[in-house]
Amino acid sequence: MSAKDFPVIFELSVSGRVGASYPAPDVPARPLAGLLPAGQIRTAPPALPEVSELDLVRHYTRLSHRNFSIDEGFYPLGSCTMKYNPKIHEDVARLPGFSRLHPYTPPDDAQGALEVIWELERLLAEISGMDRVTFQPAAGAHGELTGMLMIRAYFDARGERRTNVLVPDSAHGTNPATATMAGYRVITVASDARGNMDVRALREVMDDSVAAIMLTNPNTLGLFEEHILEVAEIVHDRGGQMYLDGANFNAVLGMTRPGDQGFDVMHMNLHKTFTTPHGGGGPGAGAVGVKSHLVPFLPTPVVEKDGDRFRLDDDRPQSIGKIRAFYGNFSNLVRAYTYVRSMGSEGLRQVAETAVLNANYVLARLRDRFDLPYDRLCKHEFVLAGTRQKKQCGVTTRDMAKRLLDYGFHAPTIYFPLIVEEAIMIEPTETESKRTLDEFIEAMRAIDREARETPQVVRDAPHATAVRRLDEVRAARQPDLRWRHR
Amino acid sequence: MRTEPQRVTLRRPAQHKYIPATEAEREEMLRVIGVPSVEALFGDIPAAVRLTAPLRLPPPLSDPEVMAHLSALAAKNAHADAAPCFLGAGAYDHYVPSVVWALAGRGEFLTAYTPYQAELMQGELQAIYEYQSMLCELTGMDVANASMYDGASALAEAAVMARDLTRRDEVVVSTAVHPEYRRVLKTYATPLGIRIVEVPHRDGTTDAEAVGAQISERTAAVIIQHPNFFGVLEEGKGLADIAHGRGALLVCGVAEPLSLGLLTPPGAWGADIVAGEGQALGNHLNFGGPYLGMMATRQEYMRRIPGRLVGATVDVDGRRGFVLTLQTREQHIRREKASSNICTNEALLALAAGIYMAALGPQGLRHVAELNLYKAAYAKEAIGGLRGFRVAFDGPTFNEFVVRTSVPPEEINRRLRREGILGGLPLGRFYPDLADGWLLCVTEQRTRAQIDRLVAALEGMR
Amino acid sequence: MYPKDLRYSSEHEWAKVEDGRVRVGITKFAADKLSDIVFVELPRIGAAVTFMQPCGVIESVKAVSDIYSPISGKVVEVNTALGDSPEVVNSDPYGKGWIVVIEPTDLKELDKLMTVEQYLKAIGEEK
Repeated sequence: MSAKDFPVIFELSVSGRVGASYPAPDVPARPLAGLLPAGQIRTAPPALPEVSELDLVRHYTRLSHRNFSIDEGFYPLGSCTMKYNPKIHEDVARLPGFSRLHPYTPPDDAQGALEVIWELERLLAEISGMDRVTFQPAAGAHGELTGMLMIRAYFDARGERRTNVLVPDSAHGTNPATATMAGYRVITVASDARGNMDVRALREVMDDSVAAIMLTNPNTLGLFEEHILEVAEIVHDRGGQMYLDGANFNAVLGMTRPGDQGFDVMHMNLHKTFTTPHGGGGPGAGAVGVKSHLVPFLPTPVVEKDGDRFRLDDDRPQSIGKIRAFYGNFSNLVRAYTYVRSMGSEGLRQVAETAVLNANYVLARLRDRFDLPYDRLCKHEFVLAGTRQKKQCGVTTRDMAKRLLDYGFHAPTIYFPLIVEEAIMIEPTETESKRTLDEFIEAMRAIDREARETPQVVRDAPHATAVRRLDEVRAARQPDLRWRHR
Repeated sequence: MRTEPQRVTLRRPAQHKYIPATEAEREEMLRVIGVPSVEALFGDIPAAVRLTAPLRLPPPLSDPEVMAHLSALAAKNAHADAAPCFLGAGAYDHYVPSVVWALAGRGEFLTAYTPYQAELMQGELQAIYEYQSMLCELTGMDVANASMYDGASALAEAAVMARDLTRRDEVVVSTAVHPEYRRVLKTYATPLGIRIVEVPHRDGTTDAEAVGAQISERTAAVIIQHPNFFGVLEEGKGLADIAHGRGALLVCGVAEPLSLGLLTPPGAWGADIVAGEGQALGNHLNFGGPYLGMMATRQEYMRRIPGRLVGATVDVDGRRGFVLTLQTREQHIRREKASSNICTNEALLALAAGIYMAALGPQGLRHVAELNLYKAAYAKEAIGGLRGFRVAFDGPTFNEFVVRTSVPPEEINRRLRREGILGGLPLGRFYPDLADGWLLCVTEQRTRAQIDRLVAALEGMR
Repeated sequence: MYPKDLRYSSEHEWAKVEDGRVRVGITKFAADKLSDIVFVELPRIGAAVTFMQPCGVIESVKAVSDIYSPISGKVVEVNTALGDSPEVVNSDPYGKGWIVVIEPTDLKELDKLMTVEQYLKAIGEEK
C-alpha cells in the first residue's frame, strides 16, 4: 500500500481487536464434538478484519465522505429519477412493527403489514390505470421478468405458441435481456426522425409470432410516443400484448395513465418515481401492474381482503409461481405508501408538471451549445449529443461528463440510448430548485467553453475527485475482486 | 368602538416541501422555454388518454398525520420485540449491532446511485469490494459478486450459471432445500428449458444414494442447502464428489450464513457455486424484504457469475482505486446475451453485511454462532423430552430443528400467541407428509428464560 | 490495414488458408470498434464448429462479442497466448492476434466469404 492509498479495512486489522459485544451463554455450553461431527466444524476461522468499534465508525464515515449522494448534490441522470428521498420515510420504515416483523408471522398477527400492501396496490392501480399490482419483484428488471413470464403464461394457457418480442432500438438493456430470460427471441424496431417508434416498421414486423412489444413511454429519448394509440391497435389486432417499462413514469403522473393508453402490463420502479432510496445500487422495488386478463398469472401469494380482514392467497393454480422468497421488498413498499399518502393526487400531478417544466427549461438553456438530435418539447428528460465538441474540439461526451464532477455535479447518463452518438441524457426531477438548475446550466456552458479553449483540461478530467481516471482496462484484464493478505 | 377579532384561516400551503419551484420561478422558466403554460408541455399526449379529472386518491396527509397513520398500522403487527420469535425458515432474528445502521443509514450511502462514475464513488465501491472479500472468506470461495435480489433468486441464477458453464440442461435438487427457493427455481428454469429433478429428502437430509441414481450426463448441477431447510447439516463433501464424478457442479444454497462462523465453509468441501441469503448478516426481518442475495464461486468460473463485480485498479497517478468491472457481462452492454438481467441489486444491504462481519470479526462470528448452537440444542433437548413432542430428524442441526407434535402445530401456535410467544413454522403447507411437523428456530436472541417459558407453555399441551 | 490474401466474413472475422487448414482472427475494424480487448474465450481443441455459428467470445471494456467461425470443421489449435496478452488482438490482429486454427470439412465453403474489396466496401457502408 502506497502512502497515497486510502486503507482497505483489512489493512486496519489488528489481531485481538473486537468491534461487537455479546453475552456469555446462559444455557449449558457443550463440547462441540457432542453436537457436530468433526468434519463439519470449521478449523480455519475466516480472515475477517479485527477492528474496534471506533475503527469501524471512522473507516465507514470516511468512506461515506468519498461518495456522492442526493443528500449532497445534483444527479442529472436520465431515466434514473434521482429525486430527493424524504427522511420521514426512514423513520416509518424503521418502526419495529414493520422492521422487526418476521415474514412467516401468521396473517392474523400481521394485519397492519398486509394492509400497507393492499392499500398501496389500490393506490398504484388508480395511478397507473391497471387492475391489480404485485410487489414481489425486487427491482425494475425483476419486474420486467415477472411481466414477461406472465405474458408467456397467458399465451400458454391459450395454447398459442409465440416466440418473439419486439423492442425499440432505444430500449434500456434490461429489456432484451429480460425477453431472452423469458425464453423469447428479440426483434428490434427502429425509431423515426421525431424519436417515436416507427409505425411503418412496426406494421412490417408485427405478426402472430410476436408475443409482446416492450415500450418505454415517455421513451428513453424523453419523448412521449405520439402514436401510442396506433401502436396499441397494431399490436392488439394481432393478439400481442403491450408491456410498459415504467422507468419514466415520473413524467406523466396524473396527466395520463398507461392502462388507458392500451398497456396490458407495466412495471413501476418504486426507487425512481416513488422515491425509495437507491442505496448505492439497491435495494429497489418493482411493482408490476396488470389488466384483468393477466391477473390469474400473478406471482403468489396475493393479498386479499375479506370484510375487514386481510389474508395471503396462495391458491392460484395459474400463477407463474414465485420470483423471490416471501412477498417483496416490504420496507420499500412502506416508503412508497407513505409517499403517495403524503402527496395525494394534486401533489403527484405537480410532480409531473414540475419535472417536465424543469427539463424543458434546462433544455432551452443548453440547446444552443450542444447538438440536439430530436427537436421537440421533451418530457421529464432530454437527450443531447456531444458530437459538436467531438468533431470540433476532440473532446468526447465521456470527457465532459468527467469534467462535470469537478464542478460538484454527478454526470448525466452518457452513451445511452444507443441510437444517439455521444449521447448525454439529462433528467432534473421536480425536487431540484431553479438555483441548482441554473448552476448546472452554467457548468455545462463552461465546459463547452473549455472544450473550445482549453480542451486538455476536459480530456484529463476529473481533477478534483478523490481519485482521477481509473484504468478500467486493467481492472478487466487482471481482475482483482477480493482482498488478499500479503 | 369595538373591533372584531381577526378571523384567521389556516390553510394547508399550496407549495409542497419536496417541490421547490415557486410561482414566480415557474413563470420565468415558461418564458425561457417560450410556451404560455405548463399545459403546452403536455400537448403531445393524445387527447383521448389525457386525464381531465384528478386521480382518485385519498387527500394528502401532513408529516404528523402520515406518521400517526403508519404507526397505527405498525402497531397491529406482532413483531419480534413484542413477543419472543421462534420462527426461522430463511429469515432470522439476530441481534444487529447499533453501528451497522448508524453507518449504513448515512445519507451518503443511502441516497447514492449505482457507482458508474467511479471517481466520485470510491466510498461505495471500496465498501462493496470489502464485502466481496469478506464473503469469500466466510464461504471459502474465490470470487463473490456485489449482490443479487435474495437467496431464492440467487439460487435460481446459480442454476442458470451452471447450465451455461456445463452446457447441460438439467438440475438435481434436494427437497431439503427451502420450498420457496425451489418454487423460484422452477419459475426461472421453465422458460429457459432447464429441467428440474427433485430428490426427496430422507430423514431430513439429502439422500446421497437417490442423488446418485438421478444424476446423469445431462445434469448441470446438484443443488443442496446447508444447513438445510430443516436446520440439518448436509454431507456436502460426499454430494460434491458424486456431482463431480459425473461432470456436474455442486451448488450450495445457504440461508443462514451465520452458521459459517462455526461450520466448515462450502468452498472447503467442494462446492462450485454458493448462492445464499445474507439477511442474517446485519439486516432486519422487514417482513420478508429487502433481503440480500449472495453469490460466490471459484476463480475459473469468475467470468460467468451474474451481477455486478467491484475490482481494484489504479488511476492515472498510480493511486489504488475501485471500479465496477466485467460489466460487459451485465445487461446494459450484452443486452440479449447477458448472463442475467439484474440491474438494481441490494447494494445497501451488502454494505450493512460488510459492516456486520467487520464488527463481529472471526471471534465474534464464532461466538455468536456457538450461542445459536447451544441455545437451540438446549431447546431441542427440552422439547424433545416433553410428552406429545418428538424430535423429527437425527441429523446434527445448527439453530433450527423440526419437532413432530401430537397437537397440530397451528393449534400450538394459537395457544402460544395467547401467552405472548411467536411459535415455529407448521410444515404441513410445504410438506404433506410432515403435517405434524413444526420448525423451530432458536437464535442468540432467545434468552434461557424465554426458552424455559416456551417449554413450560408446551408442557401439558394435548 | 486489410491483407489481400485473406477472406472476410460479414461478422468481421478473417480466414487464411495454411496447408489445407484455416487460421482465423478478427479484423482491425472489429478490434477498433471493440477497443481494448480484455479477454478471449477460446473453444476447446477438438470442438466441432459450423459456418457462421458462434465458436468463442471476445470481451472488451465496452462490449462482449461472439466470434463466428468462417468455416465448418474442427478446432485443432487455439492461441493460448491470448490468455496473458489479450491486447495483442488490438495491436496485431492479423499476426500474433490470431484466435483459432480449424481443420475444415470443405475448403470450398470459403467461397461464401468476402474478398478484401468486398469487405472494404461493406465496412465503408457501415462507416
